Amino acid sequence: MIRGAGRHVTSAALAVLFLLPLLWTLYSSLTGRQAGESGTGNYRRLADYGSGLGTYLLNTTVVALVAVSVTVVTTTLGGYAMARLAFPGRNLLFLVTLAILMVPYTTILVPLYLLLGWLGLQNSLIGLGLVLAVLQLPFGLFMMRNSFEALPIELEEAALIDGCSAGGALWRVLLRGVLPGIVTIALFSFLAAWNEFVAPLIFLTDGEKFTLPVALFNLQSGSLGSVDFGALQAGVVVSALPCVAVFLVLQRYYVRGFTSGALKG
Amino acid sequence: MVSVLSSRVSAPEATAPEPRRRGSIARGRRRLGIAYATPMAVLVAVFFVVPLGLMLWMSVNHWPLVGASAPNGVENFAALSDPLFLRAVGFTLKYTAVTTVVLGLVAFGLALLVQHDRPGTGFVRTVFFLPSAVGLASTSLLFYGLFTTDSSALNQVAGFLGLGRVDWLGSEGSSLGSTVGMITWRFAGFYMLILMTGLQAIDPELYEAARIDGANRRQILWRVTLPLLRPTLALAMVLSLTGSLLAFDQFFILTGGRHDTATVVIDIYREAFLSQDLGRAAAVSVATLAVLIVLNFAQLRLIRREGR
Repeated sequence: MIRGAGRHVTSAALAVLFLLPLLWTLYSSLTGRQAGESGTGNYRRLADYGSGLGTYLLNTTVVALVAVSVTVVTTTLGGYAMARLAFPGRNLLFLVTLAILMVPYTTILVPLYLLLGWLGLQNSLIGLGLVLAVLQLPFGLFMMRNSFEALPIELEEAALIDGCSAGGALWRVLLRGVLPGIVTIALFSFLAAWNEFVAPLIFLTDGEKFTLPVALFNLQSGSLGSVDFGALQAGVVVSALPCVAVFLVLQRYYVRGFTSGALKG
Repeated sequence: MVSVLSSRVSAPEATAPEPRRRGSIARGRRRLGIAYATPMAVLVAVFFVVPLGLMLWMSVNHWPLVGASAPNGVENFAALSDPLFLRAVGFTLKYTAVTTVVLGLVAFGLALLVQHDRPGTGFVRTVFFLPSAVGLASTSLLFYGLFTTDSSALNQVAGFLGLGRVDWLGSEGSSLGSTVGMITWRFAGFYMLILMTGLQAIDPELYEAARIDGANRRQILWRVTLPLLRPTLALAMVLSLTGSLLAFDQFFILTGGRHDTATVVIDIYREAFLSQDLGRAAAVSVATLAVLIVLNFAQLRLIRREGR
């Protein structure tokens, strides 16, 4: 048991330990490989690597945006339907969607690979984004259903009495109330899609289409001979920076997102 | 996230406002419900239900990556007795056991350290959680640099301590230890947060009562905190077990999926895309999935019983 000043010292020491790997990467990414090379040399070599850092960043962004928008739109509509509208097959759809949690997607990657081929979505950023969106559906649906249920029913009734259709009530009144849930889902699916490694490794075959994690993996496995550690660490910084920034700005939502309901044993 | 699993599964009754023309409005809302649920239903059907069925079908077919497939009964399941696969199973189990214990202890320690709001704890919590924002692949590449470059902070410290040149990823044992260290860094803050919410949900009056009864801090920890935290601990354990059993990124990147550190998912990947035998890969997937589902149900029962 640690108390008082000891607690502060322990916390501070551990905090340094947790920050160290991040600081080391940042530092070594800014340290030139050869004498005379300036601090940004690693980043310049990274920018020129393969199809170019810009291409990889764009690919990753496209995949993340597809995943985020598809997840948010489908789970908002689906969550509203689950919470407020009776329709045949509602319970079945809810159960099957939750079952996605029970079936780790790595076990269905092989059939997904074939399926994407049949749909003409192999080696496609859109296809990858769709697969990654599906992985977020259980959490998103659960979150949105609860968000809509938490809104007072009077809100919707008032909108209906004022002449809104059910669709109009959703758009004009309810969406504002479930915004925190939407932000949480968008954040989760963005981070998951941005960082995904196995699915793009398998689904993307064309170097031009690689996302950042896959491109960095190729840089690391040294297809060009020896590993360029400087450029690699610069790549880690580039891929981690948006996630860290997004997390720091939105951490209130993030923390709420995965602690909500965590206590229901 | 996975708390979803343990909560009520049936959707509640729709609460439609009391309508005057009940029949037509109810019909309208039913149609709207179908329309709103359709995009999700299509995604779930196409990218989940169909591949799941396809996997079962593939597992009983000879299915090369290129070329025609043909039924071959349970032949693919012979892959389960392959020595390399059995080795992968053994390594995965070892890794899962070590990770779950180490990660659980560290996360619990961190949660106890920062559970109360004191000056500075908010900052420290954020720092502990920060690695969780970094992707697992990026984390693995970061630590690949830490482990394999002589100029890395880690190897500088090792040199300073007189350990000489440490081969962090040289053998099965050292790779396991190094990877568990990395995973602890990456996930400890995440599990800390889960455990912290559990700790904060414990009624402070119970601690008060224990103190009045003369219990010391150690007794309070063992007799009050831990028993009441069991559902949350079980939840964290489910997450850690499932995550570790399906480990891929960390070993694929750190050791290149070398045979002595190959996990089950790495083995599936190898069967499918290096041996180009999709049928065998599907058979291994089916077996893995069956084990995981049994495990999930067992764990859910455990959580439910302890939670009540």
